[in-house]
Amino acid sequence: MTPETATKTDDALHRELEKTWGDKPGIWGSLTSVNHKTIGKRFIVTAFCFFVFAGILAVLMRIQLARPENHFIGADLYNQIFTMHGTTMMFLFAVPIMEAIAVFLVPLIVGTRSIAFPRLNAFGYWIFLFGGIMIFVAFILNVGPDAGWFAYVPLAGPQYAPGKRVDFWAQLITFTEVSALVVATELITTIFKLRAPGMSLNRIPVYVWSILVMAFMVFFAMPTIALASTSLILDRLVSTHFFNPAEGGDPILWQHLFWFFGHPEVYIIFIPATGFVSAIIPTFVRRPIFGYTALVLSLISTAFIGFGLWVHHMFAAGLPKMGQSFFTAATLMIVIPSGVQIFCWIATIWSGRPIFKTPFLFSLGFFFVFIMGGLTGVMLASWPLDLQLHDTYFVVAHFHYVLIGGAVFPLFGALHYWFPKFTGHMLSESLGKVTFWLMFIGFNLAFFPMHILGLIGMPRRVYTFQAMNGWAGLNLLATIGGVVLTLGVLVFIINFFINRKRGELAAENPWGASTLEWATSSPPPSYNFLHIPTVAGRDTLWVQPEDQPVVVGIRSDVRQVLITKMLDAEPEHIDQFPEPTIWPLLAALSATGLFIGSIFNPWAVVWGSIPVTVSLIAWFWPKGRKAEERPPKEVQQNLGEQKLNAQEEAA
Amino acid sequence: MTPRRTIDVSRLPTYAFGHHALTWWATWSMILMEGTMLVILLISYFFLRTAVPEWPPAHTLPPNLFWGTLNTAIILASVFPNQLAKKAAESLDVKGVRLWMIVTLLFGVAFAVVRIFEFKNLNCHWQQNAYGSIVWFNMGFHTAHVLTDMVDTVVLIVLMFVGPIEGPRFVDVSENSIYWNFVVVIWLLIYSVIYLAPRFL
Amino acid sequence: MRARQINWGFLTWVALVNTTVAATTQSSVDPAGPQAQHISQLWWVMLYLLTGVFILVMSLLSIGAFRRRSKAAETSGRNVIQTDSLRETKMARVVMGGVVVTTVILFALLVSSFIVGRTIYSIPKEPTVLTIDITGHQWWWDVRYENQVASQIVTTANEIHIPVGRQILFKLNSADVIHSFWVPNLHGKTDLIPGHPAETWLKADRTGVYRGQCAEFCGHQHAHMAFEVVVESEEQFQAWYESQLKSAPAQLTSSQSRGLQLFLSKPCVMCHTIQGTDAGGKVGPDLTHLASRQTIAAGALQNNRTNLSRWILNSQDVKPGNHMPPIPLNSEELNFVLDYLESLK
Repeated sequence: MTPETATKTDDALHRELEKTWGDKPGIWGSLTSVNHKTIGKRFIVTAFCFFVFAGILAVLMRIQLARPENHFIGADLYNQIFTMHGTTMMFLFAVPIMEAIAVFLVPLIVGTRSIAFPRLNAFGYWIFLFGGIMIFVAFILNVGPDAGWFAYVPLAGPQYAPGKRVDFWAQLITFTEVSALVVATELITTIFKLRAPGMSLNRIPVYVWSILVMAFMVFFAMPTIALASTSLILDRLVSTHFFNPAEGGDPILWQHLFWFFGHPEVYIIFIPATGFVSAIIPTFVRRPIFGYTALVLSLISTAFIGFGLWVHHMFAAGLPKMGQSFFTAATLMIVIPSGVQIFCWIATIWSGRPIFKTPFLFSLGFFFVFIMGGLTGVMLASWPLDLQLHDTYFVVAHFHYVLIGGAVFPLFGALHYWFPKFTGHMLSESLGKVTFWLMFIGFNLAFFPMHILGLIGMPRRVYTFQAMNGWAGLNLLATIGGVVLTLGVLVFIINFFINRKRGELAAENPWGASTLEWATSSPPPSYNFLHIPTVAGRDTLWVQPEDQPVVVGIRSDVRQVLITKMLDAEPEHIDQFPEPTIWPLLAALSATGLFIGSIFNPWAVVWGSIPVTVSLIAWFWPKGRKAEERPPKEVQQNLGEQKLNAQEEAA
Repeated sequence: MTPRRTIDVSRLPTYAFGHHALTWWATWSMILMEGTMLVILLISYFFLRTAVPEWPPAHTLPPNLFWGTLNTAIILASVFPNQLAKKAAESLDVKGVRLWMIVTLLFGVAFAVVRIFEFKNLNCHWQQNAYGSIVWFNMGFHTAHVLTDMVDTVVLIVLMFVGPIEGPRFVDVSENSIYWNFVVVIWLLIYSVIYLAPRFL
Repeated sequence: MRARQINWGFLTWVALVNTTVAATTQSSVDPAGPQAQHISQLWWVMLYLLTGVFILVMSLLSIGAFRRRSKAAETSGRNVIQTDSLRETKMARVVMGGVVVTTVILFALLVSSFIVGRTIYSIPKEPTVLTIDITGHQWWWDVRYENQVASQIVTTANEIHIPVGRQILFKLNSADVIHSFWVPNLHGKTDLIPGHPAETWLKADRTGVYRGQCAEFCGHQHAHMAFEVVVESEEQFQAWYESQLKSAPAQLTSSQSRGLQLFLSKPCVMCHTIQGTDAGGKVGPDLTHLASRQTIAAGALQNNRTNLSRWILNSQDVKPGNHMPPIPLNSEELNFVLDYLESLK
């Protein structure tokens, strides 16, 4: 029910809810907002900006590699650039944007007013932003990291990487993993406890399952890299010896720790993207997704198996051969759940009636590019073959096919699909199509030749190469492709700026989709839904009757939120959520001081923890009483008994 | 407009204990994350151990068993007042909560004091070798968790005197107790690895 | 549109793939030895099999997407296809079939991987084995031919000679950071990790010069850390080995002699060894037989007078960040030094 079609009572309700849930005005409102849509939008835009910066770095790399022995960029700057490109893409773009879109969408899709832990959500954005600013300032000041996004020791250790470059990298990890972990906490709690009544676990859209699985993967992967980067900082700052072979340490420990995180990391990026595909395809072929249970089980098995593959990044490191065969087997095994997903999607498309709009085109592009990347992954999985292909441009081709095909294409599909919900306007469909074709053609032109370059001997991470190797032509082709790909992204950005305020106005549900985010206005009001909905089945909007019940009894003059049961989403209790507050920002600023200070002096951990503690205490200190107090049933009974006992004693 | 059917939730409780509470989910998220970090840390300990012939390295004694064991006893004992605080919270017993949280805190303080002696008697230094580095990392990791949980506890105690005292605060106390139990469990693991494993394995 | 796209893609694939057979001397698809040969075969099998899979899946997708195209107007409201449980069951069987086929193919690839892996490690070793110690440095390769008799040990840098048809054992180590020893025409790569000495066996079945390159990012000049493997007949190899055992020539022209004196008085002597002289530095490559090598600066430059002078005067120009400082020499001094270095055959 939108405000425009509401009755007078609805109008009054809308005004009251808007007053209760709206952000405060002006800059102060922006800084204190705890609204998941406000935070989600800024999170998406910021992550996209990092994507653009990292993309520009890639263009610079490609210009340098367009000709043999080129002098466009020197060795030192190139090494900083490829490190920054990888680090930015992986830590400041890929994971954050997936989380950011979920932050905006998940509360709407599950039918609630807010994300769980709204202040933590604000904090998660700020800490991400400050980390990103830190690393780019370091880069601009020529102290950007230069040991690769994977920072292998001893190259990244105190002896061979003097100065603070690698320390900035290691601390960036701290910023971004804290952000990823807190957002994952909010998403899991939202999905399990804030769903609309009737949305049992087997009725949540596959996209929401993908976010749930991603969030759990974050819980197990991020702490590993946190441990690794902390150990690296300690080796560099206070002379510990975790990775120093001269004193009992081991460079291979770094590789195990990094890749135990690093491999799940790519699934953390890919799984939400498959969620996008599972959301877009049904809408654009006009039928429910085929194989819901199989898709959910595939997501879960991909996540589990994904933690058992990491040694395939280390096949050349001299580990025992028997173990290597195990990891070849596990790496091949993960193709099975991915295959299940692909077959289910194809079945959905096959039995549907496809409508070739931009989001659907990006899904088709995803199939082409991702599947090719997956197949080169099968090649790399074989450890004897990997011994030739490892650390060559073949691998560069492979992971760009799976990451751009498997994550960026679905992402662009998602941005075109949900743009009306984010902004209330439609993007231009023709510009969308131009974006798609430029990106598709540009991408393949840029990265396909790299398969061949790897086969004919070109290693990775080289700032130049010699003419005699015969790599010049393919490199030039790749550079041209990179430019075309960039143009595609540029067209998208133009489309965004033209249409975000002046594009065609979007209805509630311009695509005729089935999920709850489309059951409120575009963009949604601050409170999401006038009445919390209830849910009658999967593909909610396609199956529910006209008079589907709504929830009443939640107060609209305070920020009350309905908490429901984990499995079947039956109403359980009512919570009161916090008002806008400045403390998450202040806590993020103090944490930033601690993190950056500790790059230069270990005592910063001690002194820096004081403002952090103060701001956290202020954050959590209750600001007045809650509006209502009704204890849970068990407590009521106990209190009743206590009263009886007290009366008996008194008597 | 077609009149809609409704579900009325106005009589539902406004807070809940245990896994019904959002705070419980936050607490267990922390436990999962920090627990994972600890497990990986302990695996790294054994990884480094298997890479060298002698562990602890030559001329290095393992950490002094007395201080570590004393602290283990103290922290295990603290579980009792901690559980009593939890129970008091779940019965909305303000006096009980105040008492048992203060007692738990005192155990924590005793633990922190003995921890200083532990650090002085680790018989190794992080700058010496990988063994020293990982022993100190483990001890530092645990100490950080003890200190932050103690600050948490102090804040809750103050709140329980100063107010506003209401349902959600009791839930916070109950959850804080769970986290303290987690701090105890991870100590048992670290103690076994740092103090016992080099002597008996 | 989609089908045409795919056909174009496939044809390009075939064309580009076939260009890889136009060999270079640093190519894994132009194998010159048994290890690379087995791996290359695995590559081709996988390529054709998986290309087939790709075409099949993309065809299914294209047909599925194009069989019932809709007009744009039909995205409104509740215009939704009702699913029919009989059809759903049939499709489920097809999907299951797809999963079974996928699993079978993966299993076949696992088995072939395992077999190739075992094969390349069971290529017979020989009783009298030639063992070469390779130590990776930032950014050059130290090469040392092991021998029980100290006077029979050859030390050189960046250029490895081996006799054709024999299995050679390489012992790999790093003096600083992680490097990776890779000669694509002969075998896959092996990382050089400090604290973890490694081994690899190479065998070349045809003569030629094969280029190798460091394949693990090792700092500033990772891009310029190449080496050459010269595979020659047994007699040629023995002749080369004998000449490498000799010390630097004692009989020098006056120009060469002046060059040697300059070498010994400039920073050169701090890093480089020339057998038979007072130069015994161990930081940089052994230069005793510099003039016998095809390239200098770890494969960055062809070995000729012009390049040598460029390298000596300012190596930072060629490999910025490398550990060799510029050596200021006027043109007369430079000529003497070059004359001397050219005598080091």
